[in-house]
Amino acid sequence: MIELDGLTKRYGTKTAVDHLSFQVRPGMITGFLGPNGAGKSTTMRMMLDLDNPTSGTVRIDGRHYRELDEPLKYIGALLDAKAMHGGRSAYNNLLCLAQSNRIPERRVGEVLDLVGLTAVARKKSKGFSLGMGQRLGIASALLGDPEILMFDEPVNGLDPEGIHWIRNLMKSLAAEGRTIFVSSHLMSEMALTADHLIVIGQGKLLADMSMADFIQQNSRSFVRLRSPQQERLRDVLHADGFVVVEAGNGTLEVDGATTEKLGELAAAHQLTLHELSSQRASLEEAFMQMTAGAVEYHAHGTDVHGGGVPEGGPAAPGPGWGAQSGWGPARTPEAGPNSEGV
Amino acid sequence: MTAPTPTPTPPPPYGYVSPIPVRRAHLGDALASEWTKIRSVRSTVWTLGTMVLLMLVIGLGVAAIAAGEGGNMGEESALPLGFFGMLPASICVITLGVLTISSEYGTGMIRTTLTACPSRARVLTAKAIVFFLLVFTVTLVVAFVVATAQVAMVEAAEPTGAEWARATVGAAGFMAVLGLLSMGVGALVRHSAGAITVMIGVLLLPLVAALFMFAPALKGVQEALFTYSVPSQMIALYSAQPPFGDSGPAGWEALFTLVGVAAVAVGGAYALLNSRDV
Repeated sequence: MIELDGLTKRYGTKTAVDHLSFQVRPGMITGFLGPNGAGKSTTMRMMLDLDNPTSGTVRIDGRHYRELDEPLKYIGALLDAKAMHGGRSAYNNLLCLAQSNRIPERRVGEVLDLVGLTAVARKKSKGFSLGMGQRLGIASALLGDPEILMFDEPVNGLDPEGIHWIRNLMKSLAAEGRTIFVSSHLMSEMALTADHLIVIGQGKLLADMSMADFIQQNSRSFVRLRSPQQERLRDVLHADGFVVVEAGNGTLEVDGATTEKLGELAAAHQLTLHELSSQRASLEEAFMQMTAGAVEYHAHGTDVHGGGVPEGGPAAPGPGWGAQSGWGPARTPEAGPNSEGV
Repeated sequence: MTAPTPTPTPPPPYGYVSPIPVRRAHLGDALASEWTKIRSVRSTVWTLGTMVLLMLVIGLGVAAIAAGEGGNMGEESALPLGFFGMLPASICVITLGVLTISSEYGTGMIRTTLTACPSRARVLTAKAIVFFLLVFTVTLVVAFVVATAQVAMVEAAEPTGAEWARATVGAAGFMAVLGLLSMGVGALVRHSAGAITVMIGVLLLPLVAALFMFAPALKGVQEALFTYSVPSQMIALYSAQPPFGDSGPAGWEALFTLVGVAAVAVGGAYALLNSRDV
């Protein structure tokens, strides 16, 4: 459990982190999301007592970081992959960390094995690829077998296999009951891994809610219709007070309506429908809207807080998000059981 | 499709307990860690190797020249000849001292180090102890070998016990403390090249500046620079009387002066490391 209370960091007149208060709870993956420069890394450095907060506190299981004598046994962190001495072998880089925390030396071999670096254990870490460096950083985070793990942009620069590996690793670590705190600027990545979401923009808290709630609240839902009698359909919808948007390819999109209602309306007017489905805007779009708001309105950022009451239970993100690239079109149809197509 | 599966409910109250026993870590563990660090990088081998080589080659070379000329050392012993090897060797010690800490900043390792051991004081103390003992031991052995050879080769007065102590333990202490000063500067500057430049400036600049102070008005400054420059202090270490003029430190006083300077630098490093962002 990590607790932040009013954490603030100012550099001169610039406020990098602005009164952040949230909790990171055990047994789930908490995603820490924000655009580049939102203050994610600064926050994580303050959590690890590398940077001194201007005000506010961070507590790790109720204690200050500096009160931990062997912190690696409580919290492991991957800040950046290259935070190792390149002239030292992977093994020795981990050994000196283990020794400083009285971790038995055999553990070094174990974590190297776990991340798949046993073969290059005696090689200088200077020659490591980005992916290998990332694995070494993760090995150092796992060295003390800690209850809390923090990863700063762990998938940066990794190939798909590496991304898959880290994703599964984080899930299995969370399933063991550990606290996982992972930062990213990619909403699509978070949607795949995180159970809980903390979004910041310009150092301010924008959202603190379960992934399911986030999806619920932040992605615009609409109904897509396709009909050979498009002209008549549109007139009927207009007549009933619906706002209709033509989305090309002969499809119409209606905000704030249910498929049931529109289906019945079409039936009442004896219109043929080729498609009637509920759709949701992509999370990427929702995320960008949310953080763009923080840039635009500054202090109004907390408005989005709305239903952000933290939930204890883990969230099950709606299926279908895995299929999208994250860079795709702004509106991505939801596949699977959520679609109520006819 | 890699749709996320519903995650299990977190087991109350705290999920994970590691099978690895928690044993309270202390300074001894930090020392072990720093020893691993210093022995596992190549720069240690290079700088100390070069230092040993310079002390041996120059020390023995100077002794051979002095012996060949059949020179008269007067009432002095042959031990002060050790100075000639000490001066270039000190540049190696400076480099290693700076690198001990600045390489951590250069590589980003410092963040990992301080995450693993949040007590800055413990990290710096461990570094200082390991570095001091390493340099002291190596210099002591080499200085003793060189001194023995010089005494054997050069015809001069038989050195007293006090002279032996200054030429071996004193010289080793001087080098190690000079290295600590470099480490302190390295921690303050946080940049290898910058800190090494500062230290080489500290080592040589006062003497070079003093050479060009011709104006009579600067006479006092010139004398002070001559007397208190690091090379002059090294010379002073070997002699019982102040080597330049009537005032200034002599013998062990030279080492104590340096200890004072190093204490200020390392003290500053402690204070700054505690308050500064990494």
